[in-house]
Amino acid sequence: MDLMTCEGMKKRYGTHEVLKGVDITVRPDRIVGLLGKNGAGKSTLFKLMNDLLVPDEGRILFRGEPIGEKSKARISYLPERTYLDRDMKISGALRFFAEFYGDFSADRARELLRELELDGDMRIRKMSKGMQEKLQLILVMSREADLYLLDEPLGGVDPSTRETILDTILSNFREGASLVISTHMIAEVERILDEVVILKDGVVAVSGAADELREREMASIDEIFRRTVK
Amino acid sequence: MSAVEFEFDNERAIYMQLVRRLRVGIVSGELQPGSRLPSVRELAVRARINPNTAQRALSELEDEGLLYTERTNGKFVTRDEALIRREKEKLARESLERFRRELKGVGMTEEEIEKLWKER
Repeated sequence: MDLMTCEGMKKRYGTHEVLKGVDITVRPDRIVGLLGKNGAGKSTLFKLMNDLLVPDEGRILFRGEPIGEKSKARISYLPERTYLDRDMKISGALRFFAEFYGDFSADRARELLRELELDGDMRIRKMSKGMQEKLQLILVMSREADLYLLDEPLGGVDPSTRETILDTILSNFREGASLVISTHMIAEVERILDEVVILKDGVVAVSGAADELREREMASIDEIFRRTVK
Repeated sequence: MSAVEFEFDNERAIYMQLVRRLRVGIVSGELQPGSRLPSVRELAVRARINPNTAQRALSELEDEGLLYTERTNGKFVTRDEALIRREKEKLARESLERFRRELKGVGMTEEEIEKLWKER
């Protein structure tokens, strides 16, 4: 059974129609790249998938049922902007996640903190952007979720941190789970994708298996993306 | 396996490049007969590629007999050295054929190619 299906999603803010009827299917055990320029509607789509926004039209099913509390417990979401209390220490953020999510593994989180050289005593306010991104990702990847929704996990960090983040994602998502990753750094991410969805002007302009698209277009996903959105 | 380096061209299917890379690793001896391959997840992380792509490549090489699975221990390089030798010859022939086609493409005759090859 499909893990998540978005059917005919429409969303407007005032007179601006961000999504004009988007269909996306996420199968189990897949990594899907959600690609689009800034303002293409990626973050809106993620918020809809997380039940943080209500669509004007269309519906989203998780394992065949409308999304809600039940799906939220199985979906681990990395928002584009941090929602952590910046006055907290890392250890406090861990306690917060442990309390909030039954599938959160504090052991895994502590292990990842060590690997990525973060200290529980650090206060979030005092951490660099790159460190905050790492922390956020550690928290999200330490859940044993069915679906990880990662909105720009590589946003605003230096290249070596990007590699660390990609390795952390690849090493830690639960076996059989799926990931949806939005990014505009396509060259960095494209090799870890099974499937690609390119959003343009509020609709899905291109979708398919990454390797099939490469063979068909004789081009990288990055190149296909640039041809599509220009 | 630790010695094997991966480089990919994003303009071609990653899966086929991985199959080729591992095949070359096996026939060249970089991957020794009977040696253990990393798990799918380890291979994906090492090569920074999609785990299903890694899985697919390993399965293809297993179908060809170049890898075998020990139920609980993972995948290993075949100990069938005759098979590895045949595979090596096949790869070499393919390279030669490509090379010949290219030279013919620039207008070389068979005789000229022979001569060029010997003079090299």
